[in-house]
Amino acid sequence: MTNSIGEISECDYLFVIGSNTTETHPIISLQMRKAVSRGAKLVVVDPRKTEIAELADVHVPLRPGANIPLLNTMCNVIIAEGLYDKEFVANRTEGFEELKLAVENFTPENYTGIIGVPAETIREIARGYAKAGSAAIFYTMGITQHTSGTNNVLAVANLAMLTGQIGKPSSGVNPLRGQNNVQGACDMGALPNVFPGYQGVAVPENVEKFTKAWGVPQSAKAGLTVGEMMDAAHHGDMKAMYILGENPMLSDPDITHVQQALENLEFLVVQDIFLTETAMLADVVLPGASFAEKDGTFSNTERRVQRVRKAIEPLAGKADWEVISEVLTALGYPHEYGSASEIFDEAARVTPQYAGISYARLEEKGLQWPCPNTEHPGTIYLHDGKFSRGLGKFTGVDFEPPAELPDEEYPFVLNTGRRLYHYHTGTMTRRTKGLNTIYSEESIEINPADACKLGISDGELVKVSSRRGSISVKAQVTDMIQQGMVFTSFHFAEAPVNFLTNSARDSICKIPELKVAAVKVEKVS
Amino acid sequence: MADNVTLTINGRKVTVQAGITVLEAAQQNGIDIPTFCHDPELSKPGACRICVVEIKGWRNLPPSCVTAVTEGMEVETESEAVVEARRTILDLLLANHPQDCMTCQKFGDCRLADYAYRYGLRKTTFIGEQTNVPVDESSAVITRDVNKCILCGKCVRVCAEIVGRNVVDFVSRGFTTIVSPALEMGLGEKEAGCVNCGSCVAVCPVGALTEKNMQGIARPWEVEKVKTTCPYCGCGCNFDLNVKDGKVVGVTSNPTSAVNGRHLCVKGRFGYDFIHSSDRLTLPLIKKGGKDGDFVEVSWDEAIRYVASRLKEIKEENGSEAMGILSSARCTNEENYLMNKLARVALGTNNIDHCARL
Amino acid sequence: MANVTLTINGQKVTVPSGIMVLEAAEMCGYSVPTFCHEKDLTAPGACRICVVEIKGWRNLPPSCVTAVAKGMEVETESPKVIEARKTILELMVANHPLDCMTCEKSGSCKLQDYAYRYQVTSPTPYEGEKKQFAVDDSNPYIYRDPNKCILCGKCVAICKAVADRNVIDYAFRGFNTKIATFMDTELKDSACVYCNRCVSICPVGALSDRNMMGKGRTWDFTREEVTCTFCDSGCKFDVNYKNGKVVGVTAKNPSAGRPLCLKGRLGTEFMKNADRTDLPLINKDGEFVEVSWEEALGIAPIVEKINALKK
Ligand code: SF4
Ligand code: SF4
Ligand code: SF4
Ligand code: SF4
Ligand code: SF4
Ligand code: SF4
Ligand code: FES
Ligand code: FES
Repeated sequence: MTNSIGEISECDYLFVIGSNTTETHPIISLQMRKAVSRGAKLVVVDPRKTEIAELADVHVPLRPGANIPLLNTMCNVIIAEGLYDKEFVANRTEGFEELKLAVENFTPENYTGIIGVPAETIREIARGYAKAGSAAIFYTMGITQHTSGTNNVLAVANLAMLTGQIGKPSSGVNPLRGQNNVQGACDMGALPNVFPGYQGVAVPENVEKFTKAWGVPQSAKAGLTVGEMMDAAHHGDMKAMYILGENPMLSDPDITHVQQALENLEFLVVQDIFLTETAMLADVVLPGASFAEKDGTFSNTERRVQRVRKAIEPLAGKADWEVISEVLTALGYPHEYGSASEIFDEAARVTPQYAGISYARLEEKGLQWPCPNTEHPGTIYLHDGKFSRGLGKFTGVDFEPPAELPDEEYPFVLNTGRRLYHYHTGTMTRRTKGLNTIYSEESIEINPADACKLGISDGELVKVSSRRGSISVKAQVTDMIQQGMVFTSFHFAEAPVNFLTNSARDSICKIPELKVAAVKVEKVS
Repeated sequence: MADNVTLTINGRKVTVQAGITVLEAAQQNGIDIPTFCHDPELSKPGACRICVVEIKGWRNLPPSCVTAVTEGMEVETESEAVVEARRTILDLLLANHPQDCMTCQKFGDCRLADYAYRYGLRKTTFIGEQTNVPVDESSAVITRDVNKCILCGKCVRVCAEIVGRNVVDFVSRGFTTIVSPALEMGLGEKEAGCVNCGSCVAVCPVGALTEKNMQGIARPWEVEKVKTTCPYCGCGCNFDLNVKDGKVVGVTSNPTSAVNGRHLCVKGRFGYDFIHSSDRLTLPLIKKGGKDGDFVEVSWDEAIRYVASRLKEIKEENGSEAMGILSSARCTNEENYLMNKLARVALGTNNIDHCARL
Repeated sequence: MANVTLTINGQKVTVPSGIMVLEAAEMCGYSVPTFCHEKDLTAPGACRICVVEIKGWRNLPPSCVTAVAKGMEVETESPKVIEARKTILELMVANHPLDCMTCEKSGSCKLQDYAYRYQVTSPTPYEGEKKQFAVDDSNPYIYRDPNKCILCGKCVAICKAVADRNVIDYAFRGFNTKIATFMDTELKDSACVYCNRCVSICPVGALSDRNMMGKGRTWDFTREEVTCTFCDSGCKFDVNYKNGKVVGVTAKNPSAGRPLCLKGRLGTEFMKNADRTDLPLINKDGEFVEVSWEEALGIAPIVEKINALKK
């Protein structure tokens, strides 16, 4: 997030696109409610009539994958009506002409169909956003889990820069991170193309810096992403994998492919707190420790680094950091740490954003990076006065429909997401009595008109199939979802929806298109 | 300074910011005034009157939570008249309160019990009709015992003003009033619209709303509280893990939390059972007898030695590019940093990723 | 000593022979409730809250008086055991003032703990007449509320354990049974020396330290153990702190040994509790009167010395 959670309630205009905030980020949604009760405008863009959509002044029920048409038409209107922030565009950005050209044909009238609201509404949204004292955009996987994911993100950035709605309090671009420490995992270099602190592996100085810091020559060649690793394993190029706390056998698209890939490995190590579907395929399973059993830090979606404190002894005797350092040592690279805090200090030395952070400074409220030195109070919002790359760059993006569109055989668009009561592949929440009592069974949402056509009634078991597989799951007939679309989550092993999803990936950031797959729904008789 | 006023509390001169309440002025100066219905985050009804104080020259005893400080005010927070008034209020509350402290989940952290003890109110002097409504166990996570409710209204306000749900409200029932979901539905009934966030539990001053999973497991004075960060979504809420005898027995709000204050969602507040699930792995497993073989429990030493030797072998044979690491968005920064070193230092590859994209 | 091997809750354990099942269970980390049992002091097997299930036995024996035997298979929390404990507790609760809200013992009361543990709440299936004894507030050191007494007998045993203190015993019968002084007088008119041994051992709120009443809840206190230096018996007291301040000194359970005495407690109080302003009270001819610390402790010269030392 470029802003902080605490700034949301002061925001005048909230543009929420592809985020089911009340279910996926409940505490952030409380701040949004606060803003709304203060009189802020709320626009929610989501194919489903989610709870936050019901709360909105305007709900835009666009077709899945139609993000760029909406964002581009908004830019079109803002430029056409001269509503853009001329000073900001002149002083802080480049490439304005490119954008102008790219959105020229995106008149609201041309796209009302897939956007799902009248042209005049699109105009009003654009005007409201541009003119607001402070406007912030919020998005999650609804934007990124598409083959056009990278372009979607660029289109969001275009809109924010065009109106100067970034780099100010309560005004910015805010991807809401889905898991507790996605932010931190990225910060700490669990990515194939960057060292810790987003220092690119392709930059010679960085390679030199880390070669020196770690005393082992570093490679300048970007590594493989998850999906690419799976492909490589499938081909037999990848021989050994070490998976920590992840369950690709439920979370990744096209499970059949994942399973074949993992089975094809010569050696698989899985470190997890449970014997997950993925761990079942491993050669060695190392028991993990839950968050209650270890010291450490998580970095939340607003870049706040906060303490995780050990409350009980690790059930298996070791915290994960101890296990990994022992493996490192056994591999001939001695790593002996007396505490998690020592590891943090080492990481902070090579990660500029974390340079000023230490456990002692995190005691009460944590610190938001960037925090470059020990006196720095942390950073509440990013890009104040300057973008990290200097000038903000507009990138014209064009609309490309999702990789797999519904056709006669597979007439429905399958959309996937999360539920309030569960988390990720459910390894934790499914083992929690309260949560599993309240929400014990998954279902697939289908519009009453579609259900009627297929003769499906609420609660009935249906078979849902795509080109990659099929699952059976109960139908939930609801007008929350538009016609021609179905929705479910990936939390339940009993309804492993990722057997159906498409692993087609965005060509740049490699995010799979989990939000759109073509499926058919059949009555099970 | 024009922005400050000086007043006297219990004979002590104090200077505070103008515009604040007498209650806040007292709290800032380490003087504890009892409150039931007041909450700094919520609107102020000034309804319960347990916070009354005596102010020189005033005819009545005003509730300190809604009375602004003024220059030269002379306040007494524990005068005879004040104590008398508080005792009467408590007496009336006790008259319609079940004698359940023996097993009540809130006991030890209950304002009614604390104030009754503080003001030496051993028994009520009133005999009256007692509310007698069956305990609402319909929610999977919250136990709601209306009979213990003192009608402070904090749950109503937190649910409406913060959570935005309006699940519970005052409902008139002939002679009495109770706080309840619409149509006296159970909290757990779907139509009640409760999202089980437990914010109402966090603000309830008595045992009317309590965490179901802690019932019979641990009393407030037996637990050690460890502040930590939630393992679920990216909001980064903080809370206190409640630990008894080396086990996590509950989660309670920690008001000093930067992001969320006392508020949590159902996962953060009630999603901790998995920690002690019987499915937890406690020993390393090695699959013996090939891919279709069975897992055998081994010691940590053996497992780590085996992992290291196999990784080394495969790397030597096939080169670093044949090695891959999936780190975790669920593990700590420290662990991710080490996984990054495992890939880049020990295995010599940039093939490291995690599920940020999922 | 020889060892025996038995099974407790499915776990095989080897313990010294001759010990009781209760001790064996505790050694393995199982907590078995007890009311009347006190190691080295009593073993009456009277309250039965400590019952366990032993395979092949027809009844549920009290574990505090049942010796371990080879091959025994013990269950300490089986459904039958829980059922029995619940019934015992229900009977107690039915005849108990529900005073926990303000009771001084709250937080360290066994009846309360076990009622919570087994979720026994009022009303029980056994509601009936409740005891209506007068409370004894006749003296400045011990507050007796016989209505809260569960008749475990530990106070009687511990009082007797010191020669020539034999102040209290069981009196009356049936529903009216209570622990009483000779002739059921108030404590003030008895031979009681206010050593508070009985207070220190009472599992419930029937006996309270008068001096601590209203000063805080058990969970508000932190305790520091001190050894009395007034004679060479080496009795132990607890100095109770609340928010970092001394609130009062209380007797620590001495079991059979260590006599404890009022003088020692007051002396410790005098040394540790700088804030104490009220003077000690001593029973003179049947009435409690305030006396100077020197007189109470009978040690004017020593007090002078202490005062000198403190400076
Ligand atoms: S749990 Fe949350 S939603 Fe439910 S009644 Fe309480 S505050 Fe309202
Ligand atoms: S349930 Fe609790 S918070 Fe709600 S009105 Fe009653 S006492 Fe107050
Ligand atoms: S709510 Fe408070 S006063 Fe009421 S029974 Fe429970 S602990 Fe006692
Ligand atoms: S205070 Fe001492 S002498 Fe008095 S009854 Fe108790 S144990 Fe006996
Ligand atoms: S007064 Fe206390 S120690 Fe004595 S018999 Fe009663 S409960 Fe037991
Ligand atoms: S003796 Fe125990 S159970 Fe009885 S009122 Fe006191 S604390 Fe409660
Ligand atoms: S706390 Fe002030 S009136 Fe209730
Ligand atoms: S404790 Fe064993 S019978 Fe009382």
